Amino acid sequence: MSKFAKYAESAETSTGVSRRGFLIGAVSTGFTLAFLRPDALISSAEAAVAEGAFEPSVWYDIDRDGIVTVNIIRAEMGQHVGTSLARIVADELEADWNSVRLSYVDSNPKWGYMVTGGSWSVWQSFPYLSQAGAAGRIALIEEGARLLGVPKTACIARNSVVSGGGKSITYAEIIRKGNLARIYTAEELKAMPVKPAADRRLIGLPTKAMDIPGKTTGAARYGIDAEVPGMVYARPKLPPTRYGCTVLSIDDSAARSVPGYIKSVALDDPSGTVPGWVIVYADSFTAANQATDKVRVTWKNSDVTTVSERELLAHGAGLIDTPKIGALVVDDPGVDHVFATAKSKLERNYTTNTVLHFQLEPVNVLAFEKDGVWEIHTGNQWQSLILPTLAKALAVPEEKVVLRTYLLGGGFGRRLNGDYSVPGALAAKAFGGKPVKLMFTRPDDARFDSPRSCSVQRVRMAFGDGGKVLGMEHHATAGWPTQVMAPSFMPKGKNGEPFDPFSISGADHWYNVGAHRVRAISHDLANKTFRPGWLRAVGPGWTNWALESFIDEAAHLNGIDPVTFRLALLDGHGKNAGSAPNAVGGAIRQAAVLKRAAEKAGWGTPLPPDTGIGIATSFGQERDMPTWCACVARVKVNRADGRVKLEKLTVVIDAGTIVHPDGALAQTEGAALWGASMALHEGTTFANGQVKDTNLNTYTPLRMRDVPELDIEFIASTEVPVGLGEPATTVVGPAIGNAIYAAVGARVRHLPIRPKHILDALVGKPLGG
Amino acid sequence: MTQFTLNGQSVTVDVAEDTPLLWVLRDVLGFKGTKFGCGIGACGACTVHLNGRAIRSCIIPLSDAKGGQITTIEGLDPAGQHPLQKAWVETQAPQCGYCQSGQIMQAATLLKDFPNASDADIDAVMSGNLCRCMAYVRIRQAIKIAAAEIRNGAPHE
Repeated sequence: MSKFAKYAESAETSTGVSRRGFLIGAVSTGFTLAFLRPDALISSAEAAVAEGAFEPSVWYDIDRDGIVTVNIIRAEMGQHVGTSLARIVADELEADWNSVRLSYVDSNPKWGYMVTGGSWSVWQSFPYLSQAGAAGRIALIEEGARLLGVPKTACIARNSVVSGGGKSITYAEIIRKGNLARIYTAEELKAMPVKPAADRRLIGLPTKAMDIPGKTTGAARYGIDAEVPGMVYARPKLPPTRYGCTVLSIDDSAARSVPGYIKSVALDDPSGTVPGWVIVYADSFTAANQATDKVRVTWKNSDVTTVSERELLAHGAGLIDTPKIGALVVDDPGVDHVFATAKSKLERNYTTNTVLHFQLEPVNVLAFEKDGVWEIHTGNQWQSLILPTLAKALAVPEEKVVLRTYLLGGGFGRRLNGDYSVPGALAAKAFGGKPVKLMFTRPDDARFDSPRSCSVQRVRMAFGDGGKVLGMEHHATAGWPTQVMAPSFMPKGKNGEPFDPFSISGADHWYNVGAHRVRAISHDLANKTFRPGWLRAVGPGWTNWALESFIDEAAHLNGIDPVTFRLALLDGHGKNAGSAPNAVGGAIRQAAVLKRAAEKAGWGTPLPPDTGIGIATSFGQERDMPTWCACVARVKVNRADGRVKLEKLTVVIDAGTIVHPDGALAQTEGAALWGASMALHEGTTFANGQVKDTNLNTYTPLRMRDVPELDIEFIASTEVPVGLGEPATTVVGPAIGNAIYAAVGARVRHLPIRPKHILDALVGKPLGG
Repeated sequence: MTQFTLNGQSVTVDVAEDTPLLWVLRDVLGFKGTKFGCGIGACGACTVHLNGRAIRSCIIPLSDAKGGQITTIEGLDPAGQHPLQKAWVETQAPQCGYCQSGQIMQAATLLKDFPNASDADIDAVMSGNLCRCMAYVRIRQAIKIAAAEIRNGAPHE
């Protein structure tokens, strides 16, 4: 489905492995290994390296001590992605894991397209890193065999040693004594075997993540830790709304009493990213912080300064009620007919409130000009998206901007949108290019967040005799991040209308429901009021709230057990049969995780009073890259006060090959608890064109005391590895909602679930937002 | 001028005494391991020890540290091998890692107060430290491992 994912993949690999050659060339410290650019004219491997004729992004070096340094283009934000990617290379290379190092690279066109999101990293990189590792291994065996005077067919490589004929030589010795330089043609490369899964020695086995030790000693360096001599500090004075305000006047008379205060400047932003911003400079963060509170700015306000969450939801409901608008993402023939002739029908509406990223490190940026190049020091997930915007803001060519790489104090999608780097760059420009450290306080960060938009959805189903499902419709509207920030990545629906694939994915499910229609509508008022963001799991984080709550309602309506009802629809026929390489098995694999989760959680066994279990299943992020998920939640509901105690989550996932098992488990633990947090603990609302909750006094994510028992299982598989950073998030909310219904018969259709909603549902009141 | 002891060394700084200790540690003295998260003492990322007690350095003014003993994550153990730090690696607790200095510093005083910390003790004390990656399962596990090691005589602060 996602043209975007395909774009990112093709941008990374340009022409695909099959048409590229492989290059091993000498560099001063050893050898560098890379894919060859298909159009490169090469006289020798050395010349090719010198000319930079390699294909971007996938390469590594081996030095004279045998140290293998794998270049990592992905952002390290808690998923230990560097470790996973290096394991893939090292496994094929037969390298000693202790000799492997990571190099997190800065933005540069030579690395290709830089994005870390969508749970894509391992999935996208796996085939190329495997091929690169295999080519290196074969070259080392060839050269090792030559140095040993043994036929290469008699040699094997293990743990950075080539051995054969009773002799052996280390990779370090091969690098020092031999000449590894060679060029393999695309045909030769194609013939190089990538190891069968059974021969893997690192992938799938336990290891320790390389980024962890520094995170226990205070040594790890995040964007907020970046500093250069002579830098000044700054804090933004934010306008009343995200867009549309202009500065009329600045009165800093009170700020001048703050020791260390320097000045306040209204930003001139040709990129339009931060309209109406004032930057307050001082010689320390504390002074900048205090002075900002004292600066008085008069703005010409935008026309969204009165927008509330209630208005956003009401507007969304109006959009859903309007026929003929939006993109038809799925539009099977005969939908209207089956609904017109159905024996019975079910229609339900579901809503969700705004959610903040609240990554713990508030956004920040250090920027300055050095030798004509603008250096932007900050943690970021999508360098290739924000670089052109930075260039536009600074009015310089893109090659005059470089993003320096740091660890991210949480990503969760916030730092896919690099908008926070723009005011930093402009603050430095307005300060003569001298280094400026722009710091956001927590409320600044929350107000400038690109939150998960509120959403409104309507789901309908048409039934024939005996509850047979004949047709289904799913209509959804929300603010569309991709429309606002990366519109060229929007595919077109069946009716030719463009849509944000990430804001509807999930609704295009693997259930066979007869005639199926999915309609995605952009929420124009949301897009205008704030900048909608990609937030962990994006659309599937709320489309599945509607879908999986609805499926539960449909099962109960027909008097069928919710697991049985789902299994019948997950028959793996027709368009849901799946296809190679990413979705082998199709819906049958989804049925398998569903069955396994039900079995593990003791589905159908008696429970204490007011205690219930609920189930939900999804395919994770995208049909093109399904991560099969199922979750059973067990809750106890207090009928008196409406409070929900989440007792246990059972999660079963089939993500194909698991590269780094403990990392996969950690991601799933975190993603599942995010799902629980968004269902029961956090969420905010818009008031006066701004998010209402801007700090932890009122924004209340899940804490240690709220953690339920977790039982997580991965299905053993050698299929293509797919994403794991987000998928578990998608199933937890509806599993909890369905469990609440099972416990006390209260059906909730709004996220987050508040005690009031349950109390209202218990007495049959209509659902509030 | 304000004097205090930082990780066993006497330091003197010339900063307004109402400056939150966090920024003195990070920006004046260069100890970046202590993090800024919320600025209202509600996330715990800025947790350090003042005279052996866990405090939120983002809301404690420098004046409160005058003459006191401050310990940051960098000073918890000279080699970064406090039982909690080792247990944090063993359980692979950190994800993004941003909150973990604060989590470890909070856990260090938890184990002083409750050498046999129960789940309820851990809930009560550690719920003040937000982990946005939600690595709570492993943090709990690591605390228990470290507690056992300390009970068995491992040296610690």
